[in-house]
Amino acid sequence: MQFRLEKRPEPSKAMLYLTPVGAVLATALVGAIVFSLIGYNGLGAVREIFLTPLLNPLKWQDLAVKSAPLIIIAVGLSIGYRANVWNIGAEGQYVLGGLAGTGIALLTRDMSGPWILPLMIGGGVLGGMAWAVLPALLRTRLQVNEILTSLMLTYVAIQLLNYLVIGPWKDPMGFGFPQTRMFTADQMLPTIIPRTIVHLGVPIALVVAVAAWFMMSRSVFGYQVKVVGAAPDAARYGGFSVNRTIWLALLTSGALAGLAGVLEAAGPFGRMVPSFPTNYGFTAIIVAFLGRLNPLGIIFAGLAMAIAVVGGEVAQTTIKLPAAAVGIFQSMMLFFLLASDLLVRYRVRFGDRTVEARA
Amino acid sequence: MENTRPNRLELIGITKQFPGVLANDNVSFAVKPGEIHALLGENGAGKSTLVKMIYGIMQPNAGEIRWNGETVVVPNPKAARKLGIGMVFQHFSLFEALTVLENIALGMDAKIPARELEARIRDVMRTYGLLLDPHRTVATLSVGERQRIEIVRALLLNPKLLIMDEPTSVLTPQEVEQLFTVLRQLASEGCSILYISHKLHEIKALCDTATILRGGKKVDTCDPRIETSRSMAEKMIGSGLKDIVKPEGRRFGDAKLVVDTLSTRKSGHFDVPVDRVSFTVRAGEILGIAGVAGNGQNALLDALSGEIHGDDRNAITIDGRGIGHLDTTERRKQGLCAVPEERNGHAAVGDFSLAENSVLTARDRLGMVMLGLINSGAAKTYTGKVIADFAVKALGPGSTAGSLSGGNLQKYIMGREILQKPSVLVVSQPTWGVDAGAAAAIHQALVDLAAAGSAIVVISQDLDELRALCDTLAVINMGRLSAARPVKDISIEEIGLLMGGVHGGEERDAVPA
Repeated sequence: MQFRLEKRPEPSKAMLYLTPVGAVLATALVGAIVFSLIGYNGLGAVREIFLTPLLNPLKWQDLAVKSAPLIIIAVGLSIGYRANVWNIGAEGQYVLGGLAGTGIALLTRDMSGPWILPLMIGGGVLGGMAWAVLPALLRTRLQVNEILTSLMLTYVAIQLLNYLVIGPWKDPMGFGFPQTRMFTADQMLPTIIPRTIVHLGVPIALVVAVAAWFMMSRSVFGYQVKVVGAAPDAARYGGFSVNRTIWLALLTSGALAGLAGVLEAAGPFGRMVPSFPTNYGFTAIIVAFLGRLNPLGIIFAGLAMAIAVVGGEVAQTTIKLPAAAVGIFQSMMLFFLLASDLLVRYRVRFGDRTVEARA
Repeated sequence: MENTRPNRLELIGITKQFPGVLANDNVSFAVKPGEIHALLGENGAGKSTLVKMIYGIMQPNAGEIRWNGETVVVPNPKAARKLGIGMVFQHFSLFEALTVLENIALGMDAKIPARELEARIRDVMRTYGLLLDPHRTVATLSVGERQRIEIVRALLLNPKLLIMDEPTSVLTPQEVEQLFTVLRQLASEGCSILYISHKLHEIKALCDTATILRGGKKVDTCDPRIETSRSMAEKMIGSGLKDIVKPEGRRFGDAKLVVDTLSTRKSGHFDVPVDRVSFTVRAGEILGIAGVAGNGQNALLDALSGEIHGDDRNAITIDGRGIGHLDTTERRKQGLCAVPEERNGHAAVGDFSLAENSVLTARDRLGMVMLGLINSGAAKTYTGKVIADFAVKALGPGSTAGSLSGGNLQKYIMGREILQKPSVLVVSQPTWGVDAGAAAAIHQALVDLAAAGSAIVVISQDLDELRALCDTLAVINMGRLSAARPVKDISIEEIGLLMGGVHGGEERDAVPA
């Protein structure tokens, strides 16, 4: 049996928006089957992962808090991906953002005032940006693939984090635990809904996404990014520098990952700990694609992924699903999304040997 | 008897449907043994699709292919070669870094020891006068020589039918003559030739029969030696031809675009840079730059448009203002617009709408940007005007560029630049792959722009186009430009010699190496 792919003249717009939903459904279906086959309660797993977080109001605040960093990072990544700049190292930039914020927090621990938190946030943004400078430099000067450099720098960032919390930044009153001291009240993100854990990072994520959507769809900067991604030669012809765009894309995505990092450090964590890297930077890659690289779509994709993350934690306790199962569900989601994308853009034709020609 | 011999190839009611287009509609014709049969039609008429089905690259949806009288199905090119069908494509599939021999060996279906293959190659070359050193690296060969590799590759299989797809579009007039000699010799030995072209004088000179396609349908099969070029062209286009209307006794204004010893750096390994190029174009003048593809035309266009820019501001001047150091955006603001050869991915972004593509080059000249934000309304309005004025077949400014046919996209691109009323316009291959009707419209628009006082540079490989369109003509060869001369004072033989690298002598030697 032969089959081949034939490009569709114009991919259906409706399908482009429906496929992310389809990918989630296919993930649930296949996940249920696979986990049943290997001896878990497959249906239960799907229910706990995809439905419980939605149906249980107590979990809603978790969804908001988990989706915020995913959305912020994914928005940054999506801008780079639009330009064909493949920053895979958002996790490292996220860590550096957290570290920069923590550094400022430690320096200002004896001071007080409303200026401290904005300073930390600014520092976090710059920290994430700084971690993207090296991939940008290597890519534009020496044509080194940014996928490799940004990914490898992630591990450098994690080692740096471990060194700092074990060494110079260790809390002297912390009974030897590898962690910094707690941030002061002026160094923490305020909660915006009383008696919940929903902090200022949640509205910041929404503002970032809407602002990025506006930039990408209306501004010359967004246009430049899209032209460079779609046709570098046309970009040069149109007067846009490809290298400048690579710089802008990497610095923007680094800055936003850094922002997410400092918001996490100053929010849920409240200090720097070795468990600070929580794979938000990697999960956000899936979120960016699930949201069709569109900042508004990313808001929904971030929520969907937060459901899987929160649900995964639920499933670990309620039906003893292994922690790795959540990773499998997330990967399946990306797989089904990319696969259905192919089918939206191409159609499959079976049977190359044309029998009908003889008719 | 001749008549009782079956046709070498016969197509009966061939139909091919693509999503949204009927590429071939019930096409039937026959090719006799030893016949040189022209397949004539505009771009998009369905010629390429038809031969791809004969060569087994595609399958017809309906219809029958007969080979020597027997119905056959050609599932793939390998089967076609086995039947005795050879094909020389318009775009060569050669590895530049390998030798002639290695390239041919890679394309053979059967494994043949290198020494034996070389002997056979030399044999074919000797028989047909296709002179070529089998051990030369392809990168060092001219386009005409590369085509010879493809021909030799096809001839090694002793084909009974040779399909030539637009073979002369990249050749000098002398090379065309050599090619015709080879084809005539092959035909005299009984090999049929299916010759695809839209160049009417070539078909008149070479072919015994011509089948004319229009819009996927066969219009006529005729004898090109009896028909006139005009009558065949009208069948091909389906309506009366329009000639370029050039106002008589045109006078040129002051020098507008002056290029003074412009050079570019060699960027890629197989890239030809421009080398100390100088010329002047006056207001109202159209300068043509002829040359075989790959002689620095791309570098010249990029250097003029600003995609490559040097430090010497006075290497290029417009009305005396040095612009040699400016980038494309700044040059456009100074009145210089350019259209590169490659439409998709260079002059336009296929995935973008036409309105978005207008933003690419017209955003500053036509005020489509305010405070860093794009005024998409202005872009749509302008795009609508381009579509209307240049009769672009598109649903509207929202259509993606990639959904347009090549000719329509080119009309849009030319319209996008011309309606900006640039004081200098540089275009490469303005009508490459464009049907005759659209080409005439583009030519007229260029003439009208010149009449309004702009200076125009047309880089093209189509000598007929250059001679009809231009006032002065220069030839580029290996990055060097010959002196520009009035078109009426320069013969086609001279142009051919210049294209082949034979310069008048003094101006080339006068430059110290």
